[in-house]
Amino acid sequence: MKTFAYRTAVTPADGLEPGAVFLAGGTNLVDLMKLGVATPDVLVDVNKLPLDEIADLPGGGLRIGAGARNSDVAADPRVRRDFPVLSEALLAGASGQLRNVATTGGNLLQRTRCRYFMDASKPCNKHTPGSGCPARDGDHRDLAILGASASCVATHPSDMAVALAALGATVRVDGPAGRRVIPVTGLHRLPGDTPERDTVLEHGELITAVEVPPLPFAHRSTYRKARDRASYAFAVGSVAAALDVHDGVVRDVRLAWGAVAHRPWRAFAAEERLRGRPATRAEFTAAADVELAAAEPLRDNAYKINLLRRMTTAVLERLAEGARR
Amino acid sequence: MRLTVNGTEHVLDLDPRTTLLDALREHLGLTGAKKGCDHGQCGACTVLLDGRRVNSCLLLAIAHQDSHVTTIEGLDGHPVQRGFLEHDGFQCGYCTPGQICSAVGMLDEVDRGWPSAAADDDPLSDAEIRERMSGNLCRCGAYPHMVPAIRQAAGR
Ligand SMILES: Cc1cc2nc3c(=O)[nH]c(=O)nc-3n(C[C@H](O)[C@H](O)[C@H](O)COP(=O)(O)OP(=O)(O)OC[C@H]3O[C@@H](n4cnc5c(N)ncnc54)[C@H](O)[C@@H]3O)c2cc1C
Ligand code: SF4
Ligand code: FES
Ligand code: FES
Repeated sequence: MKTFAYRTAVTPADGLEPGAVFLAGGTNLVDLMKLGVATPDVLVDVNKLPLDEIADLPGGGLRIGAGARNSDVAADPRVRRDFPVLSEALLAGASGQLRNVATTGGNLLQRTRCRYFMDASKPCNKHTPGSGCPARDGDHRDLAILGASASCVATHPSDMAVALAALGATVRVDGPAGRRVIPVTGLHRLPGDTPERDTVLEHGELITAVEVPPLPFAHRSTYRKARDRASYAFAVGSVAAALDVHDGVVRDVRLAWGAVAHRPWRAFAAEERLRGRPATRAEFTAAADVELAAAEPLRDNAYKINLLRRMTTAVLERLAEGARR
Repeated sequence: MRLTVNGTEHVLDLDPRTTLLDALREHLGLTGAKKGCDHGQCGACTVLLDGRRVNSCLLLAIAHQDSHVTTIEGLDGHPVQRGFLEHDGFQCGYCTPGQICSAVGMLDEVDRGWPSAAADDDPLSDAEIRERMSGNLCRCGAYPHMVPAIRQAAGR
């Protein structure tokens, strides 16, 4: 590991000196530093900032501090009652030990698990711009089918972010240039020809909180994750959904997919197609297909199309059944 | 820097790169916590940080000077340890300190009503224990004996 200086952040608006990065739980950053992929000159520890509160918002939403640990958010009674998709997504990720340390902010900003990215000795446009993308013709079984580019086909690996995208959450940011609010669906970029930039955040901008707006029908929401072993593995595909059915008709729906793109993928086109239609299996599948029409699979990841179609159909059917009961 | 481990405060002169795991093993001679993968993937390095189970290989010691660390050496005859002995919950023993620290933290999580992805009605069913302990791998595959060992430690 390259040597670095260490200091603690004093206020959220502090910002970062050149070559510095924020340290939250460190479960991704320290790992990448050991691998020589992250080589910061300075670590600015944000764990002493008072950012770990989970507070009620007017109308039934929640403000989740960026420092709130994944395990505490997953166990929060309000999250479990009003936004079960978020609790389920968190519990589907990592392990008990990791969730006790991982923070809300760090989880959103964790980097791709693309194996070439995590190997400093390999070319990769994300860790070494201009060096190429060996995944495109190499090992890309876990990588993107939507929104990828010739430069990069990485996926964002977070489960939590998929639930937040479905819930229409926003991210509050602070920094030397002031505060701003960014929708979770607009936080991560598509790779284009600058895959070295994961998000729209500027150097020194700190996430202070995530706000989940009120969404009454989200008390009926869920997360489903497909992976290579029963637990403690990243997703190869996942679905976060909330469904509002009235008299057998879809009044409203929220749908997002994980492990298919460089960002948590909110399925806006599928949602649009479903609103006002009968809550039937055929309609659910048709809606998934509308979204999947844009998919551009690679040699070894076309299986994700059928996986997402089937998982989406099953998840929405289950939510619709719950509504009938 | 300062580190408080098993109730004793130590003052150490460490490189900021030192992980909590290396501080424990290489500088304090507490070799119970094991280095399996060194990347958060196996759980062999599990210790309790202010009572919560964590992977010490991914924590920088310098960032945890105000915390209380409990290692396997600090658990003296804990019910989980007795459960592992009585149910033969190990073979080579390499993963065992991590398994035991993890189980201690996990039972506390159950007491606090924390959910798991298994979502069973009984938080100590086989499926629940397996899911909650999935951050600890065992190369010897001693899992079948760990499940009853942990349930016994919970008083069941
Ligand atoms: C073995 C293993 C398995 C895993 N499995 C899963 C899984 O199945 N699903 C899943 O979703 N995740 C999984 N993870 C990833 C885990 O969820 C992330 O490592 C964790 O959420 C990152 O949070 P952290 O607080 O530790 O972030 P850190 O490692 O501290 O930071 C990550 C990045 O975010 C930046 N950062 C942190 N906080 C802020 C902030 N407030 N503002 C601005 N920048 C910030 C840091 O500078 C860094 O670049 C796994 C990790 C491991 C090691
Ligand atoms: S997919 Fe992206 S992260 Fe992976 S090798 Fe290509 S450029 Fe790097
Ligand atoms: S050594 Fe820490 S998880 Fe494997
Ligand atoms: S007992 Fe040998 S690794 Fe678990």
